[in-house]
Order: sequence, then structure tokens, then C-alpha cells
Amino acid sequence: MTSQVESVERIVIEPVTRVEGHGKVTVHRDREGNVSEARLHIVEFRGFERFIQGRPFWEMPVAVQRLCGICPVSHHLCAAKAVDRLVGGEDLTPTALKIRRLMHYGQFFQSHALHFFHLASPDLLFGADADPDVRNVLGVAVAHPDLARQGILMRRWGQEIIRATAGKKVHGTGAIPGGVNKSLTLADRDALVAEVDTMLEWSRAALALARAYTMDNLADIGPYGDFESNYVALVRSDGALDIYDGELRAIDARGEVILQEPDNQAYLDVIAEEVRPWSYMKFPYLRALGPEKGWYRVGPLARINACDYIDTPEAEAARVEFKALADGRPVHAAMAYHWARMIELLHCAEVIEGLLGDVDLLGDDLTTSGTRRREGVGILEAPRGTLFHHYRVGEDDLVTLCNLIVSTTSNNEGMNRSVTSVARHAMDGQEQITEAMMNQVEVAIRAYDPCLSCATHALGNMPLVVELVDDGGAVIDRRVRSAAS
Amino acid sequence: MSDRVTFMLDGHRIEAYRSQTIMDAAIEAGVYIPRLCHVPGLDPWGSCRVCTVKVNGRPCAACIQPAMDGATVENDTDELNAWRRELVEMLFVGGNHFCMSCEKSGNCELQAMAYRLGVTAPTHPYLAPERDVDASHPDIMLDHNRCILCARCVRTSRDLDGKQVFGFVYRGAERRIAVDPGVRLKDSEADVTDRALDACPVGALLRKRQGFQVPVGGRAYDHEPIGATDGEAEGAPDGASDGESLEPAASAGREAS
Repeated sequence: MTSQVESVERIVIEPVTRVEGHGKVTVHRDREGNVSEARLHIVEFRGFERFIQGRPFWEMPVAVQRLCGICPVSHHLCAAKAVDRLVGGEDLTPTALKIRRLMHYGQFFQSHALHFFHLASPDLLFGADADPDVRNVLGVAVAHPDLARQGILMRRWGQEIIRATAGKKVHGTGAIPGGVNKSLTLADRDALVAEVDTMLEWSRAALALARAYTMDNLADIGPYGDFESNYVALVRSDGALDIYDGELRAIDARGEVILQEPDNQAYLDVIAEEVRPWSYMKFPYLRALGPEKGWYRVGPLARINACDYIDTPEAEAARVEFKALADGRPVHAAMAYHWARMIELLHCAEVIEGLLGDVDLLGDDLTTSGTRRREGVGILEAPRGTLFHHYRVGEDDLVTLCNLIVSTTSNNEGMNRSVTSVARHAMDGQEQITEAMMNQVEVAIRAYDPCLSCATHALGNMPLVVELVDDGGAVIDRRVRSAAS
Repeated sequence: MSDRVTFMLDGHRIEAYRSQTIMDAAIEAGVYIPRLCHVPGLDPWGSCRVCTVKVNGRPCAACIQPAMDGATVENDTDELNAWRRELVEMLFVGGNHFCMSCEKSGNCELQAMAYRLGVTAPTHPYLAPERDVDASHPDIMLDHNRCILCARCVRTSRDLDGKQVFGFVYRGAERRIAVDPGVRLKDSEADVTDRALDACPVGALLRKRQGFQVPVGGRAYDHEPIGATDGEAEGAPDGASDGESLEPAASAGREAS
């Protein structure tokens, strides 16, 4: 691939570990050994948008969720929201809407727990430069057995919610056009209720841990990326955090609302995508601001920054405390994603507690339909950020167009800036690239909890390599870390 | 000459009418012989060969082989089940069977047969044939990717629906189900109420917009393997499906359901 960067060294980190999907980082250094540019490359391609063409639309919620093994429920529900419109069934019955919400909040809960406890906690607990033989999930299990156990059981509870609503823990079939195919059984409800207090307690503890990490390391988290950006998230029409449904809101770096689009079907009036030659991942931007200024971040940090309030008391109190970090304006530090993510974890537990007491979950009015349409867009907040599914069908019900804008894609620019920031901090003027330097780059990427599988419609867990290249292009140093680490 | 015959099936004495096939006699006796193209109530077809048994040591398709007095018939043996496993695997790799997104998953006899026979992963290369989907009818879809050429739709349409909607065209590897040559489903006599639609053992012939309405746990093979209700009729003519299955852990299709 061509590069405009005149470098004498090119460092390649491949694979990036403890994230979803496969990617690599290249770091360019000049003659003085200073970093001139760093890039996160996504090197896989899956092409879901193409190969589901010609398939019937009712297959979409089940087929497209195979993009991901961590947050398939997000794709399942987002596709379902889009195909709801194809059957005129977007105004769901109360049972269907609440079952879907329960499924979604359960999925959020397990995904956030997975990221915090399994992927991020080794860095947060041991430090980015700790011995890699310890700095992993097994090291956490040895040094902090209670924490490791909580992570596993919290994820299990979320997965049980998914099983109870979608039929299976991974890749279920619960959401169908215009509704759902099952409601909650009494036995499942009671089993979930029995654990809700414990989940709330552990969520509070995880939030406290993420908060403490951020507050204790304020001086050190800057290099991982603390830069101004726009943010995009769904919010309820009254400005409340809502991860299942809402209006697309964009805010600027000062927290001012740039736009709030009430019509999800008009997303293409708001968002455009740019293609760059060195990555399979596109670069979305706000059309109103153009590709240079219109890039934005999504995910927990964006949602907590963009919403006006959270409608559950404990998460709202945590949000207020979080926002105080920047005097009420958006918090920009990439490492603050962890804190924001744990606020959402607690919010999910609170919402699930409320939902489980709702008798509508046990109802039998599962589907609805109305005037059929040939085109539908679904938008929701996936754990990693705003997710768009757009389908067009022919008269024969077969899909003729599919456009997916996946959460991680929207964080492409932000992750690249974080990678550049931390690479400069760790590698400027250094003669040799160490494992600890490499891991700092990965720590910055992990803060975003990227799913590179989804972003390129690709598969697998994400590995990373770093190479030092001289000005003739020869590799003079190379470090590789396997996907298993 | 008596119209009754007696033969031994896996060591069990089976009585049958002289006019019966081994398959019919086994079903009547409550013994399961694996099968895909055969459905009680339809004329036997003998195309899938999954029902292959050994009669006095000679391989025969049980669905078309008459019961013979004094014969020794082997059915549930390691050798025969290995042959069946090969046949089922060839059906998978010869088509495009994506169980993970197929609405028939959990109700599919091919998938269920693969689980029963222990087809966990393909040992033959996928042929990945290019096949089309006829979705021209407003309420019916014919997905050639999933067709296993069992002719159950052909026979059901002809014998039970009183129509001639389906037939075969071409030969060998090119053989495929067709409605009248050059005609799409929308121009055929096919109707959404046709019993032929229920006869399809896989996800080839479907009523549109019905997919995934039955949740995981309520599907035919979610709890018992195919053949668990041995001897009971499966398939469309006598019932929508045969109520067999286990929750899949792996599949011979491209991915588990």
C-alpha cells in the first residue's frame, strides 16, 4: 500500500491481542527515531454485505448475526429492527418489545463483563508493562480469584438471559420480523431474578474498580489518547440513555448537540463513509461536517457523553460523577471508556431488574405486522457503539441491498489517533521496541473494545505484530504475539 | 401360498405381507430404518439409499426391496451406518447447506440424520455448486441450494395434491427439481396450501415469511433424534414433521445451527 509518510523505520505490531478480530499496527519513525505516524490496519475481509444478497429478508436476523461471536445479539436485533419495517411491524407488541429489550440488556451486560474482566483487567490490575506471563486472564484468576469468578458468573448471567429470550446463548433465533418467537417462561424469570441482587452488587464493585483506576492514573492515561472529538449515540427523544431505540444524536467536543435526527430511516443524510486504501475498515463521518472534521467516536464513552441523563438511579449518579471529571463537558480520554463501560454495566443490571418484574414478559402476543415496505433501516446501540443495518428487498422478498455500519468502524479514526498518541509516547527516540511498548499500543486499542471481526465483517480473535524497518524497507526488528496470549 | 412372510431383522423376527417392502414391514413392527426419500403413504422412490440394508449379505434399499420369507436382514450395524454417514455427507457437500441461517434448522431431516449418524465435520470437499433461488411466487420459495433430489415434492404434488407442479430436469450432477420447463413458480399451479410444501425434508421448498417462528426448543428435533419415534410416519403426507431431534452441537452443514 502506498504511504505519504516519509519514514526510515516501520514498526509492525501483529497480531493485536485480547480484542476481537485480526489487526495489525504499523508505526513509522523518522531518522531521529520519532514517530511520524501510526496506523491500525484491519486485515480481514468477510463481505457479508455482498453474500446475503439474494437471500430472503426473514433470514437476516439469524444470518447476519454470524458476523460476531461476542455481540451477535446486537446484529440479531438490529437486523430485526430493519426487517420489522419490511413487514410493517415496527410498532411491536409490549411483550415483543420487552423481550427484545431484555435480550439486548442481557447481551450488553455479558459483553461489558467479558471485556472488563477477561480482556482489559490484566492491563488495569497489573499495569501495561507487567510481565506478560502474569498479565493475562489466568494471571487475574491467580492473583484476584474473586474478581475472575465474578467476571465469569456475570457473563454467565447475561448469557442465560440471552438463552431465555433467544433460545440459545449464542446465535439464537428469538427476534423475527415484527416481533419475537417466544416470551419468558416463569422458571427462567425466577432463575434470573434469584441472581439479580448479586449481579447488582458485583456491577457496583466493577464500577468502583474502573473509577478508581481512572482517578488513580489520571496523570498516566493521557498518552493513550486524550483528544477532542465528536461523539454519536442514540438517545431517547427526551435525551435519556437508550441502547435499544432512539434518535441519532451527534455532539461536538464541547458537548453541544450538532444534530439529533428523529428518523432512523434518514441515517444516510447524517452519516457517510470514506474508504482508505490501507484498511478494509471504512471511516464514517458526519456528512454535515465532512470527512476531515466530521469523524466521531461511539461506544460507552460516546453514550455517557451524549446523553442528558440515565433513567436508573445508581447509573445516573455514576454518570454525574463521571461528567464532573470534565466539569460537565465530554470526557475525551480513551482510557475513560472503561469507566463509562462499567456505568453502563450497572445501568443494564438496574434495567434488567426492572424488566424482570414486568408481567408483559410472560405474555403471548408476540408479533405484529402492517403495510409491507421494500426498504428498512435498523439502528441500535451495540456494546461497542452505534450499529446500522439497512436492507432493500425486491418484489420477491429477496435482499437486493445491504449496508452495515458497524460500531467499531465508527471508532476507526479515534483508535488510529490513540495508537499514534501512545506510540509517540512509548517509542519516540527508543532504539529497541520492547514488549511493554507494544502492549501500550494494544492497551490503547483495547480501551475501545474493538470488534475487528464485525468491523470488516471478519472472523476470529485479534492478534498484533510490530516490525522495525530501515529506510531501505528491510525489517531490522520484529516482535510477534500469538492470538492466544 | 401364504400371503405372510417372516424374516429376521437385526435378530428380531418380523412378520410381513408378501406385498410389503422391508421398510414398510419395519415401520409396522416399530423398527427404525434411517431414510430420507421414503415417506409412508407415497410410492417408494429409492433415490437417497440412506435406507440401505443387507439382505442375506447383499446391499439393498429397504424402501423398494420386497420382504422375503426366511431372509436375514441387517440394519443397525456399524458398517451400514458408516455407509449411511458417507451418503449423508455427500448430500451436504454436494449442495449449499448453511444450517446456521437456514430456517429449517431443527426441523430438517437431513441435519437430524447427520446428527444421528455422527456426521460432525465433512471429510469430502464442498462442491459449492452455483444454484439459484426461485422466489417468484408471492408465498412460496424454492431454494435449489438445499434440494437433495428426494422427489418427495414431486410425488406429493402428483399423488396427494393432484397436480404436476414439480419434476426433474437434466441428469447426473446437473439433475435438479424444476417446475414446468422454462416456468417459474409464480406461473405454475403451486399454491401455498399444497401438501407438497410440507413434504420437503430440508429447507428447499418453503412457505415465505414463516421462518424461525418456532423457537429453539420447540422444533421437531430439539429433544429427540430422528427415528426416536421409530416406526411412526414422518414427513408431510401424514403429519407436518416427525417430531425427532436433539439440540445440535455440531453439524455436517457449514456450521452448527
